[in-house]
Amino acid sequence: MAETLRVTVNGEGRSDQVEPRVLLVHYLREVCGLTGTHVGCDTSQCGACTVLLDGAPVKSCNMLALQAEGAEITTIEGLAPPGGLHPLQTAFWQEHGLQCGYCTPGFIMAAAALLAENHDPSDEEIGRGLEGNLCRCTGYVNIRRAVKAAARAMREGESAPVGG
Amino acid sequence: MIPAAFEYSRATSVKQAVAQLGAAGPEGKVIAGGQSLLPLMRLRLSQPTYLVDVNGVRELDYIHPDGQFLRVGAMSRHVTLARSEVVRAQLPLLAEMASQVGDAQVRTRGTLGGVFAHADAAGDYPTLAVMLDATVVTDRRRIPAREFFQHLFTTALESDELVCEVVFPIARGPHRYLKFRRRLYDWAIVGAAVQQLDSGWRVGLTHMGPTPVRATGVEERLSAGAAPPEACAAAADGLEPPSDVRASAAYRRHLAQVLTRRALEQAA
Repeated sequence: MAETLRVTVNGEGRSDQVEPRVLLVHYLREVCGLTGTHVGCDTSQCGACTVLLDGAPVKSCNMLALQAEGAEITTIEGLAPPGGLHPLQTAFWQEHGLQCGYCTPGFIMAAAALLAENHDPSDEEIGRGLEGNLCRCTGYVNIRRAVKAAARAMREGESAPVGG
Repeated sequence: MIPAAFEYSRATSVKQAVAQLGAAGPEGKVIAGGQSLLPLMRLRLSQPTYLVDVNGVRELDYIHPDGQFLRVGAMSRHVTLARSEVVRAQLPLLAEMASQVGDAQVRTRGTLGGVFAHADAAGDYPTLAVMLDATVVTDRRRIPAREFFQHLFTTALESDELVCEVVFPIARGPHRYLKFRRRLYDWAIVGAAVQQLDSGWRVGLTHMGPTPVRATGVEERLSAGAAPPEACAAAADGLEPPSDVRASAAYRRHLAQVLTRRALEQAA
């Protein structure tokens, strides 16, 4: 039987009727219409579905939507103001931290959580911080480069929107 | 993959959770972090008819030093245990294990109590609990860790019984936990934990059988003055580890010896 879910998604308060077995990722994609969060492996390994739950990274395929009751969720769509790009988005673009791009939203959200706590991560720390995310195209060198570039830009306060 | 349908309720106290579990019947289950349960439900390997969500049971989210013991509430998340100054000071091996559970996303959600109740043979904390003679406290009784873990995914818990706390002895001496895995976020193929106490070394092994084991053969050799290379030769004595897609039993026996030796040599 559907229950009421009250949650804040990208700053917007919502109240929806949700079946208990609906996973958070499906709620975000199908109820909220936020399809930037991807379903990758469907077995809670690849991290493509990573979102921030009260600022901490979670795999949204591995949580019931109802378990997000009262929480603040940030998806890739909510990382930067409308029309702008977050420094991580800019850096993944400029450093070519992707090929097909399917895993990218998850990598960026996991990296956002990492950079919120560590403003200047080493290669090792980036590797550890992104251990829950898999990329099957490009390997991790450019991803690591992008995270470093974003960290640098964020330290220097260069968050001017690009594109849009 | 969507889990099979189930009924769902949230509990905000231990009393309420136990009452809801009782009403749910034998096919009811607790969901805490859900990091092991939800993948099983999505693969339909597990199809509980009722989930009692204990994420709102705040009274189980604590870390209390208590004399010679560290009392850890069941709803303590891995990330909290890994970062806790209290855990790092009083039982650093627990913090070390917590920092290596799954990946960052899993550590945000997963809980200590969930690991105990789930009782995966590759779980990390159960090894620590068994080797240090920890006690599992439920809503109704205290169970020694070595009696709590009975078989693969099987514990001493009744179907309506809730893990509330694990009481570990405080141990600040040299320690190390090493686990062998092919991917950083994966379960241990084999893990070896060592902790020096005033009474001598304690050695525990992960995934060398259906439940965690204490490698008493290694402990005895160390007590008798053996160096790590000699002591670790006894690591797999009497054990019958599983063979699966990740490793054969013979390879697991080899890993148990190598990881035990390395853990002893690296203990700090």
